[in-house]
Amino acid sequence: MEQTPILECRNLCISYATRGGEIPAVIDFNMTVMPGQGVGIVGESGCGKSTVALAIMQYLGSNGYIKSGEIFFHGRDMRTMSEEELRSIRGSKIAMIYQEPMASLNPSMKIGEQLAEVPLFHEDVTRAEAMQRALELLEAVKLPDPKRIMDAYPHQISGGQQQRVVIAMALLSKPDLLLLDEPTTALDVTVERGIVELVKEISAEFGTSMIYISHNLGLILDTCDRVTVMYSGEAVEDGTVNEVFDDMYHPYTSGLFASIPLPGADKNERPLVPIPGQLPLPHQRPRGCFFGPRCAFFKDGTCNTDKVNMRSVTGQEGHTVRCARFEDIDWSEGDHAAVTVKSVKSGKVVLKVRNMKKYYEIRSSSILSMIRGDAVKTVKANENINFDAREAETVAIVGESGCGKSTFAKVLMGLEEATDGEVILNGEDLAHVSVQKRKARTVGHLQMVFQNPFDTLNPSHSVGSQIARVIRKFGVEKDPEKVRAKVNELLDLVKLPRDFAHRRPRQLSGGQKQRIGIARAFAGNPALVVADEPVSALDVSVQAAVTGLLTEIQNDLRSTLLFISHDLSVVRYLSDRVVVMYLGHIVEQGTTDEVFSPPYHPYTEALLSAVPIADTSVEQKQIILEGDIPSAVNPPPGCPFQTRCQRKIGSICETELPPMKEFKPGHHILCHLDEDVFADMEPVIVMHEKGEAVTVS
Amino acid sequence: MTDINQNDVAPPSAIARMFKNFLLIRESPIAMFGFALIMMWVILAILAPVLPLYDPNTPLEPFKFPLSAARDGGHYWLGTDHKGRDILSRVIFGAQTVLVWATLATGVAYIVGMFMGVVAGYLGGWWDEVISFVSNVLLSFPVIVLYIIIITYLGATGFNIVLAVTFASAPGIMRIVRGLVLDLRTRDYIFAAQTRGESPMYIMLVELLPNARGPLIVDACLRLGYTTITIAMLGYLGLGLPPPDPDWGKMIAETQPLGSFAGHMAVVPAAAISSLVLGFNLLADGLREISMRD
Repeated sequence: MEQTPILECRNLCISYATRGGEIPAVIDFNMTVMPGQGVGIVGESGCGKSTVALAIMQYLGSNGYIKSGEIFFHGRDMRTMSEEELRSIRGSKIAMIYQEPMASLNPSMKIGEQLAEVPLFHEDVTRAEAMQRALELLEAVKLPDPKRIMDAYPHQISGGQQQRVVIAMALLSKPDLLLLDEPTTALDVTVERGIVELVKEISAEFGTSMIYISHNLGLILDTCDRVTVMYSGEAVEDGTVNEVFDDMYHPYTSGLFASIPLPGADKNERPLVPIPGQLPLPHQRPRGCFFGPRCAFFKDGTCNTDKVNMRSVTGQEGHTVRCARFEDIDWSEGDHAAVTVKSVKSGKVVLKVRNMKKYYEIRSSSILSMIRGDAVKTVKANENINFDAREAETVAIVGESGCGKSTFAKVLMGLEEATDGEVILNGEDLAHVSVQKRKARTVGHLQMVFQNPFDTLNPSHSVGSQIARVIRKFGVEKDPEKVRAKVNELLDLVKLPRDFAHRRPRQLSGGQKQRIGIARAFAGNPALVVADEPVSALDVSVQAAVTGLLTEIQNDLRSTLLFISHDLSVVRYLSDRVVVMYLGHIVEQGTTDEVFSPPYHPYTEALLSAVPIADTSVEQKQIILEGDIPSAVNPPPGCPFQTRCQRKIGSICETELPPMKEFKPGHHILCHLDEDVFADMEPVIVMHEKGEAVTVS
Repeated sequence: MTDINQNDVAPPSAIARMFKNFLLIRESPIAMFGFALIMMWVILAILAPVLPLYDPNTPLEPFKFPLSAARDGGHYWLGTDHKGRDILSRVIFGAQTVLVWATLATGVAYIVGMFMGVVAGYLGGWWDEVISFVSNVLLSFPVIVLYIIIITYLGATGFNIVLAVTFASAPGIMRIVRGLVLDLRTRDYIFAAQTRGESPMYIMLVELLPNARGPLIVDACLRLGYTTITIAMLGYLGLGLPPPDPDWGKMIAETQPLGSFAGHMAVVPAAAISSLVLGFNLLADGLREISMRD
């Protein structure tokens, strides 16, 4: 049966007017969304994916405009609609869900009233009916105790719950089309998994079409039927999810897949292949193919002459690729993934953490709590942390927000003092020595790479002077000439041109800033580097280059790397040993292989099932954790994980802290479960043999 | 690869960079206009000794209207006052007083306010409690009363005007800086400085303050305008610099009773005050507009 599409974009060109003239943000974009279909738009930051969504909502802002092309909604061109008509469509026929749930909710209105506003505005209903509808939808998005939430203000519920409320709000008017712009990026993995499942169920139940915008290929695979890959304002590949994921034809698409750590990638045998270079600025796009300068298959005369058009792949109708020579590419030619890195033997123990505890005291100044006598509350941010890290080894600390991994880093760096226990670095106990009291050499031995590239460098000082300061501070060199030479040496080390020393941080891209952050951390020849989510804020293609660089330097200098992350794919790829934390406790630790294969701690099991994996040949067990991470101010009694555990065995979990069980030497799990339950656990991630690899006949 | 790495480019000097940043004000006509107004007064004040002007303090012919001919063949372009002094000359020499003391007073207020703000914001705790409390007390005091107390108690000298302005302005500056620092101190580069064991003083002066400069430059322009008004007001109240040197505020105060038949005597210095303050305000507005753009 021939269906009419819900939404169709034809040759859409969107531009922004700026100081420097017109900037084309989206060029020649085509998309068709059929009823009930989920269409993904995937691409790195600045590729124009959010602009498409805003154009569909006709919300481009004061300086954005649709230059040419059409957007048909139910067969009508939205560009010809009046403001009045558009208003009646927005929020009722097309609803949008943004990245930051808190920004989408009015902080001064109760949630029930905010929800009821939608039907009251768009439909002719009474207040009571509207409230009833709101309550029903809160139940539909599986919020616990919806009556209470109706009466709550947005700040009183957690981030995951807020996003569920936003989804409920979007669904209230039964929209035909739901636009989701990175709806789970701000959330923890286990919470994200719940939201993604919800979105899938809802589209099936309500028959809503979806446009799902994300930079995460794994989420797209999970939620969508079709996918459009965008690069620098253009769609470069479009097709069903299976076509694009298993049988990709565009070099950018294949480059993206090569640079994300899929199961099977290994930092030594199969290292990730970063895409060289960086996304061109809109006014510096090259002639011909925009991806040309970064492409391994670039051919002079073919790729840099005419504008490249989308062409169908023979035999796969509907699978289109914007590449001038995708039929001719010999994929094996560009496969320089065969570079293997020599694996490094880890040496003696560098860092020893024994029974480390960190408690914070929070003083409540309210009169009520003073009368009750509970003015001082203890936050147990770290409980009994025990682990070792060896020379040249990468130890990952994994956990979601609030698990205490950042607190641990602060104690280690000396910004906080431990409440109890020992933190021994090269034989010196640092648990109770704040950074100001440490010797310059000790401080230099223990450095950190920070998460946010936009925050890691001081915008007021040149890059060179910031590195030079570190060199002088750690007493590596004093003589100005030698300091300058050392700065150049460090810039070489992170593979940046030497004249970057004179640049200001704002003249650098995110990846380049992160490289400077790495150079700064390695300036004092550190024994141990703590990397706090060093790549999570970077684009996928840049992530691979930065992680590669980090491991390379670490191997050369034989430093220990403490890699703090919530992203299990990167952790599996990068680390030798893994420490899993939950609510201040280490719940599991062992080598990467031990942690990633059974027996698991139930939390590790849930984490593994929650990671979105962009590989069609991987089968993941579905474990959806209920609720959110409890607050560290008021942790549950007994096992920290008991409130959400999918394998809870009974009252013992609620009363007693589980014992640390040893499975192999060094592989520990904090759990009450019986030995035979552990023995029967099946792997969460199973890889099937790929039917057909990425080859072109 | 090594080839690209060898070119050691000389860094652009600090002065060249400042000049380049300064050229950005060309993007805002408002800022340009404000800047032109200020520069007009600055240039006139600097050139005052060499311009063909009558001596500002010598009585010549009283009660002359603007554009009237002088006895010696010249012109009183803006007339003379009740004592026969040339108003144009007095306004231009008065600009010297206002510009010097307004800049000096605002500068000192800024140094004190910034230091208080960065200490309160970065160190927090008791430092914050004490500094914020003192600031609140000062801010709750009517400013004019504060001025009158300080000047009458200590005497009307330039130094005391600076002191009075500092007392009145520093708490406001401290609040702005404290707010900015509370935000900036959570940045990773501050953690980075802490983890390499930098002293609090270094972090405050080198890592924090330079990053607060954007909003502070705008505020400083506005505050220069306020201080201009303050100095004129003190002059008007008879608390300004001692006579006989010209002072815009005092010029208004002295000639105001004669306004019914010789209005120009008070209008000219009043217009001078307005134009200078307007210049500072427009420059501040324009700078804010420029900084709001990407």
